[in-house]
This record gives sequence, structure tokens and C-alpha cells, in this order.
Amino acid sequence: MSDKPQSIIGAGVPRIDGPDKLSGRANYAADNLPPNLAYGYGVFSTIASGKISQLSVDEARQMPGVIDIFHHSHFPSLYRTPSSFAQGNKVEETRLPFEDERVYYDGQFVALVVADTFENARAAARRVKVTYAADKAVANLDQGVEANGTQAGSGNHDRGDAASAFDSAAATIDATYRTPVETHNPMEMHASTAWWDNGDLTIFDASQGVVVARNALAKIFAIPPERITVHAPYIGSGFGSKLWTWPHAIATAAASRELGRPVQLVVPRQQMFTTTGHRPETRQRLRLATDDNGRLVSLRHESINTTSYTDQYVETCGSVTKSLYHCPNLTVSHETTQVNRGTPTSMRAPGAAPGLFALESAIDEMADAVGIDPVQFRLDNYAERDESKDLPFSSNHIVEATKRAADRFGWADRKPEVGSMKEGREIVGYGMAACNWEALKMACDARVSIRADGTAFASCATQDIGTGTYTIVAQAVSDVTGIPIDRITVKLGDSSYPDGPVSGGSWATATTLPAIAGAARNALDEMKRYATGSNGAFAGASSDDLEVADGGLRNADGKQVSFADILQAGRYGSADGEAHTEGADSKYSYRSFGAHFVEVRWDPGISRLRVARVVSAIDVGRVINETTARNQVEGAVVMGIGMGLFEATEYDERNARPVNNDYAEYVVPVHADQPEIDVILLDYPDLAFNEYGARGIGEIGVTGLAAAVANAVHHATGKRIRELPITLDKLMDDVPQVRSA
Amino acid sequence: MRHFDYARAESAQQAVAAHGSDREVSFLAGGTTLLDLVKLDVMQPDKIVDINGVSLDEIERLDDGRLRIGAMVTNTALARDRRVVEDYAVLSQALLAGASTQLRNKATTGGNVMQRVRCPYFRDGVSDCNKREPGSGCAAIGGVNRTVHAVLGTSDDCIATHPSDMCVAMIAIGATIEVQGPEGVREIDFADFHLLPGDTPAREHALEPGELITHVVLDAPLDGSRSGYLKLRDRQSYQFALASSAVIVQMDGNTITDARVAMGGVGTKPWRAPEVEAALKGKSASERLFAEAAKLAFENAIAYSQNGYKIPLGQQAIVRNLSDLTAA
Ligand SMILES: Cc1cc2nc3c(=O)[nH]c(=O)nc-3n(C[C@H](O)[C@H](O)[C@H](O)COP(=O)(O)OP(=O)(O)OC[C@H]3O[C@@H](n4cnc5c(N)ncnc54)[C@H](O)[C@@H]3O)c2cc1C
Ligand code: SF4
Repeated sequence: MSDKPQSIIGAGVPRIDGPDKLSGRANYAADNLPPNLAYGYGVFSTIASGKISQLSVDEARQMPGVIDIFHHSHFPSLYRTPSSFAQGNKVEETRLPFEDERVYYDGQFVALVVADTFENARAAARRVKVTYAADKAVANLDQGVEANGTQAGSGNHDRGDAASAFDSAAATIDATYRTPVETHNPMEMHASTAWWDNGDLTIFDASQGVVVARNALAKIFAIPPERITVHAPYIGSGFGSKLWTWPHAIATAAASRELGRPVQLVVPRQQMFTTTGHRPETRQRLRLATDDNGRLVSLRHESINTTSYTDQYVETCGSVTKSLYHCPNLTVSHETTQVNRGTPTSMRAPGAAPGLFALESAIDEMADAVGIDPVQFRLDNYAERDESKDLPFSSNHIVEATKRAADRFGWADRKPEVGSMKEGREIVGYGMAACNWEALKMACDARVSIRADGTAFASCATQDIGTGTYTIVAQAVSDVTGIPIDRITVKLGDSSYPDGPVSGGSWATATTLPAIAGAARNALDEMKRYATGSNGAFAGASSDDLEVADGGLRNADGKQVSFADILQAGRYGSADGEAHTEGADSKYSYRSFGAHFVEVRWDPGISRLRVARVVSAIDVGRVINETTARNQVEGAVVMGIGMGLFEATEYDERNARPVNNDYAEYVVPVHADQPEIDVILLDYPDLAFNEYGARGIGEIGVTGLAAAVANAVHHATGKRIRELPITLDKLMDDVPQVRSA
Repeated sequence: MRHFDYARAESAQQAVAAHGSDREVSFLAGGTTLLDLVKLDVMQPDKIVDINGVSLDEIERLDDGRLRIGAMVTNTALARDRRVVEDYAVLSQALLAGASTQLRNKATTGGNVMQRVRCPYFRDGVSDCNKREPGSGCAAIGGVNRTVHAVLGTSDDCIATHPSDMCVAMIAIGATIEVQGPEGVREIDFADFHLLPGDTPAREHALEPGELITHVVLDAPLDGSRSGYLKLRDRQSYQFALASSAVIVQMDGNTITDARVAMGGVGTKPWRAPEVEAALKGKSASERLFAEAAKLAFENAIAYSQNGYKIPLGQQAIVRNLSDLTAA
């Protein structure tokens, strides 16, 4: 069905939500200003561990406009959600806001001021006096391991005997890599606007998952999910930080119910570093061994990540390691350690992003150790089937991706000797790395209506988080019905629509499109029933004799009637279809593949490191929208450059407070840092995965990129930087050490 | 935001009168420092005197060859002014290396001179900080101090850099600050304007309470000189200097007849390096000379827990700038 020439599937259809965003009509969570709205502002803990000993609201209560101030001894009692992914009521931080007087991290909500204006709420929040009994804070991974040891994680894997294979191998490496906390920092602040009406809760929330948010809130407020509607028509991105409901949304809904009026809360940028998740710090030990021919014979990937005292979050750094390379003896293990930070959460390519930094750096080190070109080493060792699941891959073109990217990049011109490629004052470094991401697909419902005015309407309770979901849904409807894009309305981001997936895991496309297409086909079947019924345009004909053509139905004689006329004839407002599709089966291992090639330039005279060029070849099945797909990879490459060179949330090791907590000091790449980015999309449909053959493209581009940068840095400078980010000071020689404290 | 009184001034005298000096009063220019810190509750003025109506937005060439810049001239206007581009390239480049286009469009000359430190412990409103809460201590020493903390001019009480790029160029050029006070006008040598933290880091500059900067007057340009600003940082835009240099050189053939060297990102105030200048004067330009001279600037430098790399980086900023400017 999607193989016709010039299919709208694959075309670079411009975003259908673009004009709304450009003109400011797009409605974000904090843009909702219902009548009688009150504004919340948080009071946040200034210690990272201990107890509130006293909380005084006397002065704040007297401030202009203050309506109420909530805290641990003045807050309704709520219930914890079971936080089950399977049940669809997951949250990352299970502790409820203001549950008790305990403080587990700096920047934890300790009170919520509600006032008539934002400014009054904020002014009063600063007059809430809190005194604490502070305990010694555990400020980072090393301190956590020292103080608390580690706890077993999940996602472990063992095959063969990695230890003895290592001991008897021809060549080995053993290296430890570290990645820092990264904070998602979407442009749009986390925000909630909530109100209650006769016991029904409506909440506009900056959410990547309206259905799960609804279900979690239902558990927390102990009311049926039908009484809650969560809206997120637009999200100023999330990168994972908006997947699950955080304390501020719960507090906002509760305050609104207590006060009997709408309440809005926007999380300040500083607290987006504390109370809405982050990518945790990791420490990863990689041990690799090869035989005489440079084939991997042993691979161990052991990682520890930081988690909070309230919840265990496992960063599955070894998720890709299990299956990317052929290796008979392999161990992947994950452990966590508790520190005084908020609960971590998924950040774009969780597990794989930090994990592939370590693995793909280690593969480079291994190739180096045995004197094989890193591209050749990978080609020699890539797995042909998923050895962790003992399943074939549904579709795997990593060899072609690697070769095509290498060609386009000009890898053949690389002189292997460290520091040997120079241009003017700069030393040029070439590096590469594989990228990889699991292809996931969830269950999904959708509805499509073809309407009497000749337009179509599609709805699904998934979200467009800025990636283009609105547009590809319209493309799928157009593909099935032939109705042009500009006559298709798509509604997402409303939990009262048919249940759709959380926008995460790069599964939105593969999950949503089959359900949308199924619903569109069911709507066409309904249309045919109307057309063939008594008084119908094709009265008496069989549905099987009608085909869809040019926005209508046509019979074998060439008689053509438009959808609008068919519906008008029967006085029907619309022909509707719904569909339900299931998650992925387990016949294959479904994964996406690719390779990044990176050129860095190191100017030792001014210690300037920059990424000059990136070529990425990506194999994600069929590309649904050429423009938005390319944009996802380009954006992910930029994020990967940030991960490689700049990004780190710095905690004061004395008190566990995040220090560089704003957009000026938390450094992400800006335009001036952008290299030439050349993205090759392989576009091989994976029809075993779903009817469109699409696997999803949001995350894979960020995996492996930081390793490719680090490998290029090694080629240029001879320095193996095993701790991200690769800031210039790590590349400088003879840096004086501290002279005073 | 706290509640405060607001007044609008139409002239420098009015501004100073409206200021009074008994309460915590702030002049409002572009607001890019002030409003930011007020929103963070770090600056807590009782009163704000808006000086955007004061006409101090002219740039004029004085008869003695100096250039007089009104305090309300924006960073963008100053950077783009033809006289600045031609005679003081170092200043134009320094301005354009600072902040972002949007900020430069709002930021003013007076406000830039007066901008506050970027130390996150100062900005968080909570940590020990002698600048914000005299006597409380300095959390940056032994804390996170990689980017916006100094190795020159520090004390046990404060190690924050003065963040301005513009001021580094100005101190290299040489300048005078004209001030309107309750008692009339006075002049302050630019080099004396910013104060070392010593044991009074809360006192940052030489203005008396209620005094308004009306102009910055640049010294006449060095005859036949070349100048440039080199700013080194993690990302290539929109970040304060990790280390920077403002260099002006006058050459006769390959001989350096005069030189001015100043540094940003490494000092607690815009940092002029006379010892480097002396080492360069009368010498024949060479990489080796530059390296030896640059070293002198850091003889008394103190490395803190994360910023020792600024000692070599600062030298690199000087050396590269000199070699670019002296290249034939
Ligand atoms: C995100 C960010 C990044 C930045 N990056 C850089 C950078 O890379 N390099 C750089 O150099 N700067 C940078 N800046 C700082 C910027 O240059 C200053 O904020 C700006 O120059 C201040 O000027 P303003 O007119 O906005 O001052 P205002 O905010 O209006 O005032 C600042 C202070 O000066 C006082 N004041 C203002 N005018 C006068 C006067 N005429 N007389 C006496 N007192 C006065 C005010 O009362 C206030 O205390 C950055 C700022 C931000 C927010
Ligand atoms: S360096 Fe200065 S501004 Fe920063 S904490 Fe110390 S005293 Fe405060």
C-alpha cells in the first residue's frame, strides 16, 4: 500500500503544526489562563539530606495576594501510585510532594505558595523560613559507593565465560569510563495548569505521556481515570524529562482541589536541575579481549549509575553491548548507588548514550591495541544475529551504513599515526563509532473520521513533542484515504482520545502509524457500507467492487463519487473507524543501526577543540518523512556534540548542590559550534516490524557520537579521554595543580 | 520579585537626585544584569531609578583625539561605530565576543562596566558568599570554580572573575570614567575603577553611593597600532571568557615599539599586564619572546581546585593574539 510511486510516505512534508508554532497560536501548558487562575511558586530545599526542623509561613502568609501555603503539615493526604510501566501508571519519583519532613536532595519541594499573581507567589515563597537539621550529603557516585555500596540493577546478561576467555586471550584492554549527570534542559519549562469541576480534574501538563499521567494521577488522587483529562497539545520538547509525572504536577492538582480554583505552576529553570529528572552519573568498566585474528572473544561491561534515595533508576549502559558485536563470552551488569540527588530518568537514548560512549571508546582502544583500523575492526566483529536473544535481526544494514559513511567521509585518507594530520595550526583527528538503538513498538488505539465536508480527522492520545508526529499521522491518513494533507486535522495530546503511547523510546512512529492506518481503513469500510446501502451512491453494489480513488470511491465502470457526496447522500456527518494495534512480537530482534564519522580539530596553541565535520549513516527502516527524520538525526548529532564536549551538571562535592544550574553556565552547543552535518538515511523498510517498515529515529543519532568524538580526539592528540565531557583543560599539558585550597 | 519604588530620570542630575543614597537604590540601564539578579532575589533594591530617558547615547570625538562614549550607548552601537571599528578594533571585537546579539542590543556601556560577577555561589542566594553576605565565607574556594573564577588578584575572601570583555579592551586602551554625583562631576581613571576583592569583596568599584557613570572616555589610539581581542572558551559563542587577551601593538619593522596587554577571564578585575608590556617593548617580535613575556603575567597566579588550566590558557591567549597582530 505504501509502495506506490511518489507515495506521500517518505516525502518531506512540512510540519503541519509549523504555522501554529511560528505564529504563537500553539498552546503550551503555561499558556492556559482559565478564569480565576491562581499561581503557585515552590519553596525548595537548600540542603540535600536531612530533615526540616522548622517551617514558618508567618511572614509569607502576610504578603500581598497570598492565598495559601502548602507544606508537609498542611497538605491533603494522597496515595502513591504503584508506578507500574505495564499498568501504565508509572512515575519516576514515587514519593509524594510534602509527604513528610524528610529531605533527600537539594531543590526538593518543601512548600508551595499559591497567590493571585506569579510575582506575588514568588515574593512570598522567598519569605517562607525553613530551618533544617542537615545530614552529611552524599554528593556523587564515588561518595555513594563509599557510603552506600551498590545495589543490583536490572537488564543484566551473561553468556559463555567472559573471565576465563579474557585470561587466555591474545590481547586485552581494561578501561574505566565516566559520564556526568546531564540535565535535559528542554526550552519549555515544566509546567502544569490544573482545575477541578465537580470532582473531575483537568490538567494541562508539559507531558510526553498524557495517558500514563492520567492513570498515575488517578492512583494518586484515588479517583477513576475517566474523571481526569490530561492535555498536552504542544510540548516545548522534553528529551525524556517529561515522560513521567513529577511532584510539581501532583502538587498543582492537589492545591487546585484544596482551593477550589485553577492553579498554575511553572518549575523554575534552577529546579529543572533538581526535581524533574536527569541522566545519572555513570562509571563503566570495560574489559575486552581478542584472539590472534582480532576477533572479540570476551567482553565485559559493568556499570554503576547514581540513583536517588527514594527510587531506583537503572541506566542500562550495557543494553547495546549485549548484541552489537559477535562475542561468545560476554557479561553485562548494572548496579546503582544512592546519592542525594533527585530521581534520575530517561534522557534521549537512555542507557545507550552513556553506554556506547564507553563501549565504542573501548572498541577503539581494542582496535588500537591490536593494530587494526577501527572501521575494519568493527566490520570484522559486528554481530550477524542477536546473540543475547538468540534471534535473527529483522533487518540490519550496519555494514552498509558503516561503509557508506566511511566513503562519504573520506576515511581512506586517514593517516593512522596520532597527530599526523595537520592543517595550518590545527591538528586534524578522524574518529568513528557505531550507533544503535532498540526498535520498540507499543499497543495503540486510534480513531479516524472522514467527514461530510471532505476533510478527515484523526485522533490519538499520543503527543507530538516537537518531532513531527502530527505531520506523519496526517501522512498516514492521506496515504490510506487519498485525502490531501491540508484537509486533514490531527489531534494529539489529550488523554480522552483513544489510548496512545508515551512519546519516548523512539517508538511513536512504529506504534502510532499502524493504528492510524488501521483506523483509516476501517473508516473507509464504513464509507463503503454507506455508499452501498439503500440510497447510497453505489446502492446495491458490493463493497469489494469499490476502490478508493481521488478522495472518493470508484466502481469498475469508472463511476466516481467523492466521500463528501457519499456522506451527504446518506445524511451522515462522517464515516468513522477505530483500530487497535498490538506491540511488537518476539520473532526477531528489532534494532536500528548506524555509524558516525567525526572530524575534530585541535589547535594546541590556544587549546581549542572543535568538531568540524560529521557524517552519519542511519538504518532505521523506512523513513516516513524525509525532512523531520533528517532533522531528528541532525538534532541528535548536535546533542551528541554537547555530550562529548560540554554538558555536565556540576555538583558541589561538599553538599550535593547542582551549581551550574542555568542556561548560561550549563553549556550546550550553540550555532557557532555546529559542524557540517551530513546524514545518510538508508531507508530499507523493515516490514517484519510493522506495515510501514519504520523503526523510529528520535534517539539513535545521539548514541555513539560522543565516542566518535573521543576517538577522533585520540587520533588528533594521543589522549584517551575516558571521562566526559572532553573539555579543553583535559587536553592541556602541564596544568598547574591547586596551590591554595 | 520584591516590591520596589520606581522612578524615571530625564537627566543625569535628576537621576542622581532621585537616587538619594540612604536606601538600596539601583540605576536601571539595559537591565540585563540588574533584572536578572533581582529576579533571583540576589540584588534587592528598594528603589530603581530608570535612566533610559537620560540622553547619554552619543559617541563623540574630542579635540584631543579621545573618544567620549555616553553611558547609555548600547554594546551593539559601540561595537559597530565606525570610529571604534577603525581606531579601536580591540574594543569592537571584545564587545562582539560578549553575550549574545539580543543582550548586546540591550546592554549599555555603563551597565557593562558595572556588571556583577557570574559566580554561581553568588547567584544562588544560599551559599556562603562574602560578596553577597559579607563575612559568610567564600563557597567557590574548594567548590566548583572551573569557569568563572580567577587565578590573578584573588584573595581568601573572593575569587570571582570580573566577567566583562568590554572592560578588558578598555583597560588596554586606557580610559577615564566620568561620573555625576550629588556634589557634581568627577573623573576616575579606568584602571582605578574596579577594585580587588581583598577582604572587602562586597566593594567592587570606586563609585560612591548615588554616583552615576555618564561617560567612558577612551585615550587617543596609539599611532599606527594594530589591536585585537582573543577570547577562549568551551563553546564558540555565548559564554564568558575562560581566558582572553586584549592586545595593542605598535611596530617599527619587526620591532615592537609599544604594546598594551590586558586579560579577561583570569583576574578578579579587568587585568592589565604592564610586566608583559615592558618585556615586549623594544624587542623583536618572535614566538619565543611572546611566550616569555606572557609567562610574566602569571608569576603570582594562584590555581584553585579546578581552574589551574587558566594559567597556561591565559598565556596562550596572549601569545596567539601577539603573533596574529605582529604577523606581516
Ligand atoms: C546570559 C548572559 C551572558 C552574558 N555574556 C557576557 C559576555 O560573554 N561578556 C560580557 O562582557 N558580558 C556578558 N554579559 C553581561 C552583559 O554584558 C551585562 O549584563 C551588560 O553589559 C549590563 O549592562 P546593562 O545596561 O544591561 O546593565 P543593567 O543591568 O541595567 O545594570 C547593571 C548594573 O549597573 C548599574 N548601572 C547601570 N548603568 C549605570 C550607570 N550609568 N552608572 C552607574 N551604575 C549603573 C545598575 O544599577 C546595575 O547595578 C552577559 C549577560 C548575560 C545575562
Ligand atoms: S568567589 Fe566571590 S562571589 Fe563567589 S562565592 Fe566567593 S565571595 Fe562570593
